Amino acid sequence: MTANVEELLRPGNSNCAGCGMTLGLRWFGEALAGKTPTLVIPPCCATVTAGLFPVTAYNAPAAATAFASPAAVATGFARVQHLNGERTPIVCWTGDGSTYDIGLATVSAAAERNEDIVYVCYDNEIYGNTGGQRSGATPRGAKTSTTPSGKPEPKKDMMAIMAAHRVPYAATLSLAHRDDFLRKVQTALSLRGFRFLLMLSPCPSGWKSEPEETVELVRLAVGSGLFPLYEVYDGCRYRINAWPDGSQLDDYVSRQGRFKSKRLDVNTLRADIAADWRRLEAMASAFPVEEGPSALQSEGTGGADACEGDS
Amino acid sequence: MTRRLVTGNQAAGYVLAAAGDANREARGCCAGAYPITPQTEIAEYLSAHTFVKGDYVAVESEHSAMAVCMGASLNGARSFTATSANGLLYMAENVFVAGYCRLPIVMVVSNRTLGPPWNIWVDQGDSLAVRDAAWVQLYCESHQDLVDSILLAFRVAEDKRVLLPALVAQDGFILSHTLMGADLPEQELVDTYLPKLDLAQRLRDDRPVFYGNITSPRDTQWQREEVETSMAQVPHVLREAVDEFESVFGRRPDGAVSAEDTSDAEDVLVVSGSMVKAARAVVRARRAAGGRVGLLKVKLFRPFPRERIAASIGNARRVAVLDRNLSAGSGGIFWGEVAASVRSSGPLVQSYLVGLGGADVTEAVIDGVLSDVRTRTASCDPIFFNGDEA
Repeated sequence: MTANVEELLRPGNSNCAGCGMTLGLRWFGEALAGKTPTLVIPPCCATVTAGLFPVTAYNAPAAATAFASPAAVATGFARVQHLNGERTPIVCWTGDGSTYDIGLATVSAAAERNEDIVYVCYDNEIYGNTGGQRSGATPRGAKTSTTPSGKPEPKKDMMAIMAAHRVPYAATLSLAHRDDFLRKVQTALSLRGFRFLLMLSPCPSGWKSEPEETVELVRLAVGSGLFPLYEVYDGCRYRINAWPDGSQLDDYVSRQGRFKSKRLDVNTLRADIAADWRRLEAMASAFPVEEGPSALQSEGTGGADACEGDS
Repeated sequence: MTRRLVTGNQAAGYVLAAAGDANREARGCCAGAYPITPQTEIAEYLSAHTFVKGDYVAVESEHSAMAVCMGASLNGARSFTATSANGLLYMAENVFVAGYCRLPIVMVVSNRTLGPPWNIWVDQGDSLAVRDAAWVQLYCESHQDLVDSILLAFRVAEDKRVLLPALVAQDGFILSHTLMGADLPEQELVDTYLPKLDLAQRLRDDRPVFYGNITSPRDTQWQREEVETSMAQVPHVLREAVDEFESVFGRRPDGAVSAEDTSDAEDVLVVSGSMVKAARAVVRARRAAGGRVGLLKVKLFRPFPRERIAASIGNARRVAVLDRNLSAGSGGIFWGEVAASVRSSGPLVQSYLVGLGGADVTEAVIDGVLSDVRTRTASCDPIFFNGDEA
């Protein structure tokens, strides 16, 4: 990076030390390579990031929306862009509370309509902004302020939900795999239609983890298989980007206070991971990406038509 | 002007679409809507219309309908939607967001009773439930009034002195589904009347602002004060819009308040919505028989035109306010506003609740109200009036 590249996130923002979202925002800005996006942000830590009116830490225009509404507000933006022949990336930058829970119907509808939006969910697996309550993204066994003895249910599989909408592109982003991260954001930016990016975003205050271990925790989450790195084109072409490398799940959970719970059963988590991988590997082997994105994807038509002849 | 036989919903769809097309040489238009009885035909009309430069988004909920309008508006387009009843309340969070974001969206509400009990007929309780959302609110008497009010709404909402969204209410079924003759203005006239939208707060690539971000208590109070200051501009901006309407369309629409025979009246009826037609007939009949009665039609509910109301009531001894809505624990919502507008030493102001849940408010009902109020020397609790009391 050269010294005079303007960052998407300006210095002086109020994010916590070790915030995964902060690093993700900087890398996302880097992948934009000088393009100015329009950011659409629901209530979440990224709203606080901007700071108090009249200043903003974002080096791009941004709109704050209702909790459930970013994908719909972005729809309005994107439609008017098209009417005016403009190509500014319309980027929803959202937390897991908005994406997995309260805004799921909105995300689903925008994806089903294949709106021309880059939808990024930085997933810290809790309602971080309100002090760490459970969300549909909270993993089994994790303590939150509303699951004080650990969450009994497994994490919702948001990637599978988005793939089922046959969106042109859906991918997971790892803060421990920089090249893969940048490539996927660039891929998303090069396509049209609804693009979904899911980033695991450690939250030291919510996860009760050390700020300096943020990147290491993501490496362990990917390495243990808990957070698979993969991408899906048109909901029907899968590519796995990193295989579990033998990292120990025990190592991942032992570094986080949230997993010091009565309900945590590492063997159950391990069984969840194994089941997830059986399904993911089956999909990747039955529906592989053969030669990168298809011609259709560059125009982002997406949808079931793009999958014809695959099965 | 072409006089056409249309339903209220068809008329609303026609005018909204024409307003959208009038912005074709600027950033276009974009509408999002979700079907609900009795608004559905408006959504269908907009989805079938071929905009010159515009889009209709078939969203999954009213909440998203307003969100789409907000995104489109923040990107500089003219934006509009329509809904009813529980759909409006499902949208309510974003109704407030749009209001306090000061986005000049226009929304038609086909008034319907809020369930439960489940009831699809007219009651103004839905749009009045969002009266504090920083929206201008207009209530219509007829199809023509609806056509005119939608055009006025765009003019007022987009005026730089106002910059607030506007809600135009029509009575469900009585107006939305009933055929009536109305002048539907040609596109060229709408083009003349509605200037191209150039929204100052539109987000632009070269201006990194955060629209709607976290704000201190002091700045928030200042923002609320600004909204209130803009609301205070509405009556005279509306008056200008009425004048301009007359010069473009050759016909004068009703403005904020229309007074009939109130100057020497002993008894004044205050009425809104489609009930005005029956009320006018009653007042004229009583006048013809020598009665000193008057009528105030209130179209503008937000901001509430207190001074106009107080001046129009003049020296009347009794004021009967008819409300097709209920603020439980208070009474009729228009009544509360009227009572707050007149001085305490002024006339008796009585709340009559009529036609709730869509019952017909006939001339006999209104005549009964006038007879009832004449017997009173002091106001009492709100009266649920059915017309069979006399």
